Amino acid sequence: MSKVIVITGTSKGIGKALAEYFLSQDDIVVGCSRAKPSIEHQNYRHFSLDVDDEKAVVRMIREIKKEFKHIDVLINNAGTASMNHILTTSKESTIRVLNTNFVGTFLFTREVSKVMMRQEKGRIINFSTVAKALNLDGEAIYASSKAAVETFSKTSAKELSPFGITVNVIAPTPIQTDLIKAVPKDKIKDLLDKQAIKRFGQFEDVINVVEFFASSKSSFITGQVIYLGGVMQ
Amino acid sequence: MRDKIENIILKTLQELNEELENDSLVAPTMQTRLYGGSGALDSLALVSLIADVEEKISDEFDLDIVLADEKAMSAKTSPFRSVESLALYIENLLVNNE
Repeated sequence: MSKVIVITGTSKGIGKALAEYFLSQDDIVVGCSRAKPSIEHQNYRHFSLDVDDEKAVVRMIREIKKEFKHIDVLINNAGTASMNHILTTSKESTIRVLNTNFVGTFLFTREVSKVMMRQEKGRIINFSTVAKALNLDGEAIYASSKAAVETFSKTSAKELSPFGITVNVIAPTPIQTDLIKAVPKDKIKDLLDKQAIKRFGQFEDVINVVEFFASSKSSFITGQVIYLGGVMQ
Repeated sequence: MRDKIENIILKTLQELNEELENDSLVAPTMQTRLYGGSGALDSLALVSLIADVEEKISDEFDLDIVLADEKAMSAKTSPFRSVESLALYIENLLVNNE
């Protein structure tokens, strides 16, 4: 039977690559983004919404439940970054980053868990960043929002384990996507130099870890954070 | 509206009790204590009740509500302390949602 996989932020970047990968595996993918859908496939459904819009998220998950009856995997990929010194960071951009990266992850986790708990199984995969482990200057708000995601994931792993739901985190290195296009090249080079393996990440590196967490064989793995590129806490 | 809400809660409790096998939930009434103090539900059973009731309310009234509440873990003021308080809470949410 096809898995039903919910992925947030599927209009571009890692989210789109993940959606296309799981569609190529004959899974059903339900994606969302603020933008219009950029994927056309018979097994793809799209919702245009903000991930921190509670009513829209509730409606989306209820509609998925009505159509497919179950959800196997939730991938909270949607994210936004704000590279800035804290002294030149506005309150508005801080709230925007926290809402998308943390509140969005919380809302989708809460609503999808209500579906997964009835199935007594499910996989939730959240996104952090190596910037959190490295405490990179210029990324205070972005990295803090991902620190919140990591702590939330570990606590969720405990609260959801009685229902057979696992919650894990992947923390990618920079990948050449829109998220880092505004970051100066020397900053990116400094970051890559801090990795044990000094190269950009590829979509395949992310897909590999996501597939591992999403596997039905990974039922004994929860509350874990995997940093790519050999970055260590 | 109130009757339908109460019936949904009572029916959901009886379904939930097929697993819980709790004597006080065999024939639940408006006064049945749910959560906190002498309540019949532990925290895991409470989240199951919330998820099931939310879905049935959505199907019945075609309105999506979220039963998360800041006072959920307070025994005195929580809307989850009894069937009656939960029905009242849901009715208010639906009226404000219309």
